[in-house]
Amino acid sequence: MVGNTPLYNEPHPLEVRILSRRFGLPNSQSIETYLANDGYKAFEKALGMTQDQIIGEVKTSVLRGRGGAGFPTGMKWGFLPRNSPKPKYIMVNADESEPGTCKDRLLMEYDPHQLIEGCLIAGLAVGAQQGYIYIRGEYRYLIESMDRALAEAYAKGYLGENILGRGVKFNLATHSGAGAYECGEESALLESFEGKRGNPRIRPPFPAVAGAYQCPTILNNVETFSAIPPIILNGGAYFAGLGIPKAGGTRLVCLSGHVNKPGVYEVPLGFSMMRMINEIGGGMRNGKKLKAVIPGGSSCPLLKADECDIPMDYDSLAAAKSMLGSGGMVVMDEDTCMVKAALRIMRFYAHESCGWCIPCREGTTWLRKLLQRFHDGMGQRSDIVLIGDLSKNMLGRTFCPLGDAAALPTISIVEKFREEFEAHLDGKPCPYEKTSRLVMA
Amino acid sequence: MTFSPELEARFETFLAKYPADRKRSATIPMLIYAQDEVGSITDELIEEVAKRVGVSPLQVNEVVGFYSMLHKGKGMGKYHVQVCTNISCLLVGGDELYDRACHKLGLGHKEVTADGQVSLEEVECMGACSWAPAVQVNYDFYHYVTPEQLDRLLDGLKAGKRPEEIAGLEKVNC
Repeated sequence: MVGNTPLYNEPHPLEVRILSRRFGLPNSQSIETYLANDGYKAFEKALGMTQDQIIGEVKTSVLRGRGGAGFPTGMKWGFLPRNSPKPKYIMVNADESEPGTCKDRLLMEYDPHQLIEGCLIAGLAVGAQQGYIYIRGEYRYLIESMDRALAEAYAKGYLGENILGRGVKFNLATHSGAGAYECGEESALLESFEGKRGNPRIRPPFPAVAGAYQCPTILNNVETFSAIPPIILNGGAYFAGLGIPKAGGTRLVCLSGHVNKPGVYEVPLGFSMMRMINEIGGGMRNGKKLKAVIPGGSSCPLLKADECDIPMDYDSLAAAKSMLGSGGMVVMDEDTCMVKAALRIMRFYAHESCGWCIPCREGTTWLRKLLQRFHDGMGQRSDIVLIGDLSKNMLGRTFCPLGDAAALPTISIVEKFREEFEAHLDGKPCPYEKTSRLVMA
Repeated sequence: MTFSPELEARFETFLAKYPADRKRSATIPMLIYAQDEVGSITDELIEEVAKRVGVSPLQVNEVVGFYSMLHKGKGMGKYHVQVCTNISCLLVGGDELYDRACHKLGLGHKEVTADGQVSLEEVECMGACSWAPAVQVNYDFYHYVTPEQLDRLLDGLKAGKRPEEIAGLEKVNC
């Protein structure tokens, strides 16, 4: 509970700080610091480029969306119809709510102008003149600091009706959410942005064609937009070269759980997960043994300790039947009850299910009840199979991926840690807890 | 319904952000900022916001029910203590902090003390995973919270102190 202690860490020698390189500079959030450190140079460079050239650089960079799905950003931008008579929009997803994920907070707190510049360049790339930053309601202080940064950018002529006197128009504003994980899903975010319940939309059409107000919209995560200025300034090839062939650049990994040095660290795509835990993360807390890792937010299937010797990139994680996700890496030691972990994850999804699709609404609630009963020592052997079956029945049967997000980690825990479920059978108390906890459901 | 001049100015800013025929977009920002001033989402507030954004009160009401930070009825306490027990916080004692707060305040999930000063909520991930366990009081973050710090915070709030008057407590965001 230490005030004024920055959220970023001292740079670790294994880090490659591209997006976070200005963290720690005095007044890093101010436009003066930004301008003194390459700020808005990428935008000025982009002013001399064609739309195809900008999108081409983003494609060359092999930047893939940092929100969780990992879709190639340049390709997404290329989907916007060129000749649409409708206005086009830039939408920043700053509804960071995936459990384990806390990186967008730093990007907005310590380098808000990098995000603004990313939006400006995206606007140039597709001919959009208006953008919005949808920030989760809990991040009130970031809405305020982002508003201050926007005011600075307007005052210096980097936003407005005639930017730098170059005849370019772009306006950008913040937009507050009010507490709903579902609104981090792109189509639900758009519904919420329009002042409605955050229920997802059926797709296609995708936001690139019918996004905000049914107009063509680029919708990306904070970190994705923040990567745009370094890509344009240094070239897509430079950024691509930092990563691996199919996933360019660096990304911010939010390390949490049972490690000695939790924190947000920027590493190249393809960085070793074990080195992340043992070297950057300072190893396991209290010398305990590693049991499991959530690689990228609680929607990802868990990895057992012996599966964690893996490079952190999209394809390697997919090969291990998991996902790189949102960068929220949660490390669990040998004393962690995996039934309790599965229960807590399911409680979250049951709470956050918007109720639009029945498999998710009913599935998450029943699974929460089943897992609760199991953890309380009242489970039956047949429930183990039932938990897996119910989860599999949600897969692919919902408008948005929340149903899958609830099912995937649960299936992985039941399959990989079945013995822990069996240890809770026959009225036995949880082997990991000294006293059973009263539940306030 | 009348609001403070500051809130009125904010409403104006909000309504100006969106295209003239898309004022409904201001619904959620208006509601959450108005709640800070009014104390909760009242029927009167719903009607007022509906009028200003040009939709029916029912269309605002259905929105209110969707978002966890919007509280109808009497609303939450002056100091709304939110303890995260989601996975990253859970692993380092977030659930124990929540239990401790329940006992200390004699409150359960989304309950308010009789004097309306303090309320408690078990919340989902608040984006403080790398600095867990985390607590929010209204919009202020507290990181790496220890049981002793939580006790000091809750004792202070119960005694009618503002968080910034409680010794040894510093919010993270400034």
